[in-house]
Amino acid sequence: MKSVRRRYLALEIDSDELFDSREFMDAVWSAVLRLYGEYGASCAGLALIDYDMEKRFAVIRTVHTAVDMVRTALASITRIGNKPVAIHILTVSGTIKSLYKKATK
Amino acid sequence: MKRIYADLHLRPNSKDPEHVSQIINKASRLGYRLISLAFPSNLAEEEIRRLVDVSKEAKIDLASRVDLKPRTPRELIHGLRRFRRRFEIVAVICESKNVARQAAKDRRVDLLNFPSLDFRNRFFDKAEAELASKGLASLEIDMKPLLILEGPVRIRLLSNLRRETSIAQDFHVPIVISSGVSDGLLMRKPRELAALASLFDLDEASAMEAVSRNPLAIVKRNRDKLSSRFVAPGIRIVRRGKDC
Repeated sequence: MKSVRRRYLALEIDSDELFDSREFMDAVWSAVLRLYGEYGASCAGLALIDYDMEKRFAVIRTVHTAVDMVRTALASITRIGNKPVAIHILTVSGTIKSLYKKATK
Repeated sequence: MKRIYADLHLRPNSKDPEHVSQIINKASRLGYRLISLAFPSNLAEEEIRRLVDVSKEAKIDLASRVDLKPRTPRELIHGLRRFRRRFEIVAVICESKNVARQAAKDRRVDLLNFPSLDFRNRFFDKAEAELASKGLASLEIDMKPLLILEGPVRIRLLSNLRRETSIAQDFHVPIVISSGVSDGLLMRKPRELAALASLFDLDEASAMEAVSRNPLAIVKRNRDKLSSRFVAPGIRIVRRGKDC
């Protein structure tokens, strides 16, 4: 079986409000679903790896073929619940270790 | 070489200096090196100078821009005569076909902007693109509607943008992607704006050019033209004095 190449995305959550990880992931999933449908969402292989509510920092995982799709979906998020928000990608990497190294630079 | 990114259409509240500074600083933080704010045409020179200073502090280059919204071609020509030499970027908001056609063929126009969400009131068709390709105008696409609209309206907008960008590419009309926002939370990084362009099938290379090379080329061309050394295209003063 072919191994899955994964990509890790470090994200900055730009908002005055705080959100829990569930609210955050719901917003990500619904953005992917809205733009690419259920088939697209199923291909994305999205998972939350790390979430720091106070630092407004998150790490998500996706498959390498879906990075552009996830990037677009994240850029389209303007609200979580009813609160305005923007999600910016800080860096993308193939391993968690190098992701943190790049993100903390 | 590192790419330089530009957002030529930020629309902060010009009556609130703090808001303007916030937007400029945020643009710098997001990775832009050149921005343009849509100034009201009657904005005082001192105010423009103050904004340039704020931008310098934020290590970002500011280009002055005016948005003309004429109702008739005659009004457009009058506006161009009045403002072309005062602003580095002249954009025309095309709300009628006559204005769109005049703007496309006039070499003083830099950007053609079609804000209408109504398919019948968007005039960037093949005839418009042909005129624009012979002039200097670029097609400007604001991303704000893509972010704030939802459902059928956004679907329709995407379909229109797909058609318009395809026509622009066929006729070699440069495309400029701008944010068009007045709210800091709607600002996106250049890569993110380019990613959003994939929704209307603009390939990655063209999208990256639309946020970097194309807007930079417009500003460079106009700064050359507005400089005191410019005489005519291809002719500029290199030295003044008695020994020349």
